[in-house]
Amino acid sequence: MDEQKLRDLKAQYEAAVAKVLQKMPERRAQFVNSSGIPIERVYTPLDLQGWDYVEKLGMPGQYPFTRAVQPTAYRGRYWTMRQYAGFATAEETNKRYHFLLKSGQTGLSVAFDLPTQIGYDSDHELARGEVGKVGVAIDSLWDMERLFEGIPLDQVSTSMTINAPCAVILAMYLAVAEKQGVPFDQLRGTVQNDILKEYPARGTYIFGPRPSMRLITNIFEYCTKHVPQWNTISISGYHIREAGSTAVQEVAFTLANGIAYVQAAIDAGMQVDEFGPRLSFFFNSHLDFFEEIAKFRAARRLWAKIMKERFGAKDPRSMMLRFHTQTAGCSLTAQQPLNNIMRTAFEALAAVLGGTQSLHTNSFDEALALPSELAVQVALRTQQIIAYETAVCDTIDPLAGSYYIESLTDQIEAKAQEYIDKIDQMGGAVAAIEKGFIQKEIQESAYRYQREIEKGERIVVGLNKFQVKEEEKPADLLKVDPAVADRQIARLKELKASRDNAAVQRALAELKAAAEGDANLMPPILAAVKSLATLGEICDTLRAVFGEYQMAAM
Amino acid sequence: MQEGRKIRVLAAKPGLDGHDRGIKVICAALRDAGMEVIYTGLRQTPEQIVAAALQEDADVIAMSCLSGAHNYLFPRVMEILKEKGVEDILVLGGGIIPDEDIPGLKAAGIAEIFRPGTDTNDIVNYIREHVKRH
Repeated sequence: MDEQKLRDLKAQYEAAVAKVLQKMPERRAQFVNSSGIPIERVYTPLDLQGWDYVEKLGMPGQYPFTRAVQPTAYRGRYWTMRQYAGFATAEETNKRYHFLLKSGQTGLSVAFDLPTQIGYDSDHELARGEVGKVGVAIDSLWDMERLFEGIPLDQVSTSMTINAPCAVILAMYLAVAEKQGVPFDQLRGTVQNDILKEYPARGTYIFGPRPSMRLITNIFEYCTKHVPQWNTISISGYHIREAGSTAVQEVAFTLANGIAYVQAAIDAGMQVDEFGPRLSFFFNSHLDFFEEIAKFRAARRLWAKIMKERFGAKDPRSMMLRFHTQTAGCSLTAQQPLNNIMRTAFEALAAVLGGTQSLHTNSFDEALALPSELAVQVALRTQQIIAYETAVCDTIDPLAGSYYIESLTDQIEAKAQEYIDKIDQMGGAVAAIEKGFIQKEIQESAYRYQREIEKGERIVVGLNKFQVKEEEKPADLLKVDPAVADRQIARLKELKASRDNAAVQRALAELKAAAEGDANLMPPILAAVKSLATLGEICDTLRAVFGEYQMAAM
Repeated sequence: MQEGRKIRVLAAKPGLDGHDRGIKVICAALRDAGMEVIYTGLRQTPEQIVAAALQEDADVIAMSCLSGAHNYLFPRVMEILKEKGVEDILVLGGGIIPDEDIPGLKAAGIAEIFRPGTDTNDIVNYIREHVKRH
């Protein structure tokens, strides 16, 4: 390439543009994406000066993994199609799982109700009105057995969105596997186990950050030895983005949390390459198509560098950022809900072009209610159409080399690194959360986004433009029967009447003693679960030792 | 409206729901509109919300719930207010609230329900027009 020629050509072009602008200005004075990165009119090789293919991209399956973590990527196997589902009782959710598996879904993803996620049994005062609403209610091993009835655990991979009481729910899953006769080393799946994002974004914390970090590293250590194929954490930017962050903030805060977990495990005496390969991630896919694709690529490259350069990982698998993606729930509108099918499809395509390992596509009715069966099916079909009909999976990382995509990838990486440096200076992610820095950054971005919509600077079709007067609401919205709570409470009574209560008390006393010392808590939690202690009883035992986290009012 | 005192709003998250993007955006918008806003944080029981509203001398209670527990939590707040003989606090609700639940919530005394896509200016105006004491 003759660079001077290109510069001359660009200068001629700019002159021509200047003439056009006098007659007709562009749609906006400035084009800027959500992360505050200015978007140029056109990108050329001049935007990638000094850009080195080998250093920036490498080959698929090779450091720094910008192009893909696997050498054959989707030419080998499509991503796992994994719809997050759970509501009401274990029996009803079990029926939905059988429906999804029959529809061609390739992995399960369990949604738990809020009492379960916060470690309360269904009969707790604070559980009133919440039982079985946003997920399935699990009080004891009995419920977990019903949840996976007829699903051999060596045949599926199961993702479980559980954080504060993660050790308890994982122990229940292991106990079900044991009953089914499935050895632990054949279990595949993921637990979210990511407490740090719960404080600024998702809100299902129980204990403070420090005892929570112990539980997390206990799970790392236990699974490394006993459940080697299990992904021990899913470090999640999804909820940070849903809470209002920008794409750059999503990458930065997620990887900063990742750094905190790796450091905690190293401080607990583990080697980075023992647990590094089992770390996984979870990102959002929002509507700015190219920004999202660049975000996924930038996150892969940045994590590879962090693991190699900062933590001295030697095993390439420790450097691979493998991730699940969910399309952006916050981009869906209650107005003209069928439009959400289109939004979700574009977001899903961005996730695929960004190389996701698994994907959840949202249902069009989710701004109105829990998804109905029809809406879930359309969402799953959207993924299947991308995989089987569009041919976008036939070559790996097809947008690589685009002047725009590579320029964006570099800028997102650099801006995320700036945030990570800032968080390091504050003493790391835990300290930055305790100072309220992360929360404040997210809130400011959320408010800016809302103002842009209200001022008409950001168009949301059907909401602030192209509205219709009389909206037709989709029929058959899913409603959870309020009697679900009564059924759960009755079952708890039955459990407590039929189990060996002395054995439960012994198991809980042993757990308490372990929590007061510094032993790994997984074995005593597993013993308590098998004695039929409830989730609430186990969490209360830990509350008595660890205390509860209180968020400051504002 | 009387001069001198700003409208005081207690913003609250009843129940176990942790989705607080919406309520925090509304807090910022109400503050920008000149109101005084106290946000309770997550996981408030109806009892705690009423106690906080009385202690803060709130003119408005604005609750947000996206977990589907609104049919228990919102009316329970109204019940406790009634038990305490409080009738002059304007109570608003927001979140993922299906159409068919709205008549029941309004019958329980929730003045208005604001759902996804609401312009924050509409909430500001609604409060200014309907605040009962001030």
